[in-house]
Amino acid sequence: MAQIEAPPGTAEAAANPAASAPTSDFNPDTQIRERTVLDDQAIRRALMRIAHEIVESTDDPSRLYLVAIPNGGVPLGRILADKLESLCGLRAPLGILDTTLYRDDLTTRASRPKLRRTEMPSSVDGRVVVLVEDVVNTGRTIRAAMDALMDFGRPSHVRVVALVDRGHRELPIKIDFVGKNIPTQPNEKVIFRADEPEGDEAEKATGVGALHLIVRGGNGS
Amino acid sequence: MIGRDILGIEDLSRDDIETILETAERMQEIGSREVKKVPTLRGRTLINLFFEPSTRTQTSFEIAGKRLAADVVNFSVSGSSVTKRETLLDTAKTLDAMDPDVVIVRHKVAGVPHRLAEVLEAPVINAGDGAHEHPSQALLDMLTVREQKGAIEGLTVAIIGDIAHSRVARSNIYGFSKLGAEVRVAGPPTMLPAAVESLGVKAYTNLREAIEGADVVMALRIQMERLEGACFPSVREYAATFGLDRAKLRYAKEDAIVMHPGPVNRGVELAHELADHRPSVILDQVRNGVALRMALLYLVAGRPGSAADSSEGEDGGGR
Amino acid sequence: MARLLVRNGRVLDPSQDLDAEVDCLVEDGKIVGVGSDLPSDGAEFLDAEGAWIAPGFIDIHTHLREPGQEYKEDLASGGTAAVAGGFTQVACMANTDPVNDDPSVTKYILDRAEKDSPARIQPIAAATRGLQGQVMTEMMALREAGAVAFSDDGATIMDSAVMRRVLEYSTLADAPVIVHAEDCHLRAGGVVNEGPMSTRLGLPGNPAAAEELMVARDIRLAELTRAHLHVAHVSCAGSVDLIRRAREKGIRVTAEVTPHHLTLTDEATIDFDTSTRVAPPLRSAADVEALRLALAEGVIDVMATDHAPHATYEKEVEFTEAPPGMLGLETAIAVTLELVRENLLSPLEFVRRWSTNPARLLGLEGGSLALGSPGDLVLVNPDREWTYDAAQGFSKSRNSPWSGQSMTGRVVATIVDGRLVYHHERGVLIR
Repeated sequence: MAQIEAPPGTAEAAANPAASAPTSDFNPDTQIRERTVLDDQAIRRALMRIAHEIVESTDDPSRLYLVAIPNGGVPLGRILADKLESLCGLRAPLGILDTTLYRDDLTTRASRPKLRRTEMPSSVDGRVVVLVEDVVNTGRTIRAAMDALMDFGRPSHVRVVALVDRGHRELPIKIDFVGKNIPTQPNEKVIFRADEPEGDEAEKATGVGALHLIVRGGNGS
Repeated sequence: MIGRDILGIEDLSRDDIETILETAERMQEIGSREVKKVPTLRGRTLINLFFEPSTRTQTSFEIAGKRLAADVVNFSVSGSSVTKRETLLDTAKTLDAMDPDVVIVRHKVAGVPHRLAEVLEAPVINAGDGAHEHPSQALLDMLTVREQKGAIEGLTVAIIGDIAHSRVARSNIYGFSKLGAEVRVAGPPTMLPAAVESLGVKAYTNLREAIEGADVVMALRIQMERLEGACFPSVREYAATFGLDRAKLRYAKEDAIVMHPGPVNRGVELAHELADHRPSVILDQVRNGVALRMALLYLVAGRPGSAADSSEGEDGGGR
Repeated sequence: MARLLVRNGRVLDPSQDLDAEVDCLVEDGKIVGVGSDLPSDGAEFLDAEGAWIAPGFIDIHTHLREPGQEYKEDLASGGTAAVAGGFTQVACMANTDPVNDDPSVTKYILDRAEKDSPARIQPIAAATRGLQGQVMTEMMALREAGAVAFSDDGATIMDSAVMRRVLEYSTLADAPVIVHAEDCHLRAGGVVNEGPMSTRLGLPGNPAAAEELMVARDIRLAELTRAHLHVAHVSCAGSVDLIRRAREKGIRVTAEVTPHHLTLTDEATIDFDTSTRVAPPLRSAADVEALRLALAEGVIDVMATDHAPHATYEKEVEFTEAPPGMLGLETAIAVTLELVRENLLSPLEFVRRWSTNPARLLGLEGGSLALGSPGDLVLVNPDREWTYDAAQGFSKSRNSPWSGQSMTGRVVATIVDGRLVYHHERGVLIR
């Protein structure tokens, strides 16, 4: 499993060796303990590293097709698309695939979850589809995403990118490219959030603002 | 909303309506896929209980159910419970014994879905009861207007025709009013129901005044078999006074859209040219009907769960 | 000599304007004394426990369904429901099968009632043969056989010439003609009051004008013929105005109103519950208000239930297919006591409209505790709370919108012909 690391030789790696030291706070709004696991820069560095890994492991990067799983996967997918373009000069298509209608737990819930937008700009036939998700835990969302994907066509390969792997798998699902493994209690929540873009030019271009990754709940750290 | 009966727009809150429309907007995308099916309601049973024949609505619900992978069963029943010698209660109990996840009912007498809903465990969706309500039609009409105009708040909607006998009119009056539109109704005095203004609309017997500045003009189907000679003297006279054509439409806004629940009596409610081309959005209404009905089925089908929402799958849990 | 002393209650006798805490003595089926310190040796005692003691209630409008529709109700079950509701006499309408348009049917009803019914039954005969509204019935023969009035109730005589002759001839038989006033064309298949509710429910509306039109016509014909016209189940303010003006002019018109028209509006139909489908339909709040005032004023003389039993399976159908009508005998008193609680009627005036006036209207004995009157009494506790369950009632049918509701005010005992026939704790006591 890849650990977080700045790409070798960058100034950031030297400057921030302990960028991911967790701090635990009591959030007055939610009245629950929270700790930041990765800050904005650390997340972006992880995504850059993942982009490198994807390019290295793909024979023909022109066949790449990113498919983001809403909500968290979408900003991640956008940033990843940018990073891939900067590495190999090609802009991979970015689709959004809502998995809600493919969930396996709709019968046991008290209400039907809200649906999110699905937009698949082109065919997935013969493509190397890279599913992009923020947090993978039991593996069920990825299972649902694959079922949904199959209804759209026949990819040649399906890979999975997750910013966070919590590790409590219930299905035989593997993550191909992971940002960080975070061991957690089942009663904790791992929350990824992307703010709306503000003044920054770069933010506006991607359509993604500051990124946050926190763990909420549990017994404190 | 699981297990909730959808008997009429009168009982839905603005939030309910917006949830349904938003969900329908997501369902629209499925109709544009190659594989127009999702596994969401796989193994669920949908019963179409139509006491009054209706190819359009029944087919629309059937397609909607099948796109959600449900098993759809069609019961067409002819005759009233009196002629069949089976009370509504018996019909309901028989159906309930088959454990359906949703029952869709259409009947020519108002109130039948309500009586069935009292007995059935499964949720009941009213597909039209007499002159009372036709909620899925109004919802798909609202969806279409939203699609065309962006938002419903502040629009002027004019409904023209036999308001007295129209469930489409009533449901649309409730729906568009709840979402903030101004609703007007128009027709010959013999076709305006008693105290119609108590529904919150302005009533007109003059077509031009009714559609002056309207954003949406909705023409209702005239049931000629029933009404000619009684509520209006002839089709010719109706078409001349209340039928819509391009000339009369000029009194509405320039970008006004024309709607009709179908099927259209060409040359009566709508002139030929209006039935087929813009500004008519009739085919959009039909297309939206499937997405809307998929949304209703998705939100409502099933028995209310005993478990509270698990946090799994919502933001923060990761799955 | 059978003696019954009813004591420890509040005697209300409108015929003598008497409202006093005294006792009542019945001997051999007749009232022999009202007052204190009545001779009571050898008497049975009935402790009223503070309840009202009134002349037995009389319901001049019921449908007891015998002969022909005994599955809904018969004279035995109807008579039992009646005494449980405090009624010692009921008049039953002619729309049976066969129709009561022939003396043989009238006699049949009286015979059966004698054997089976704990309440006295007074048959109302049809005004036209077969209720067809064309040919008059043999009113004299029917009167002789025991009919107390004539009515095509359920139907309306639409032909004005026929109606005129019916009224005219009725003066010979010296009996009132009771009309169900409703223009059947204007009614236009309406099943609920035409107004905001019919529009909201999407059900065909029955305009008040359909009733008003016929009330106006029949009043004019009553004036012309000098007959006694009695308007059944008045339901709207317009009819009330017409009746008030007619009485001011001295025309012989009387009227009745039902418990449901006094207490329920068309809003009760909101759930499409067929037990609220009734003819004439429940109307608006303004109509209910006008009816209450008219009853208090005396423009409407009596209350009457229009007790109309229907089998459950007949009612569990589409609203437009369900036969109109609801039960009334067992709930009438509890429901209308609301008018006493709201000070619209004093207890004495309440009893007048359920007992004294009905007796006078149909020329019946009863409705009075004067010496020599029939020994028909009812004891009412106006404050007792109870829950009405139609399934547990004495009627064979269950079509009541009040089933399952809690009620305030209960008949605690009913005495017919000097004999206790109903007691709220002991049930119905069949001889």
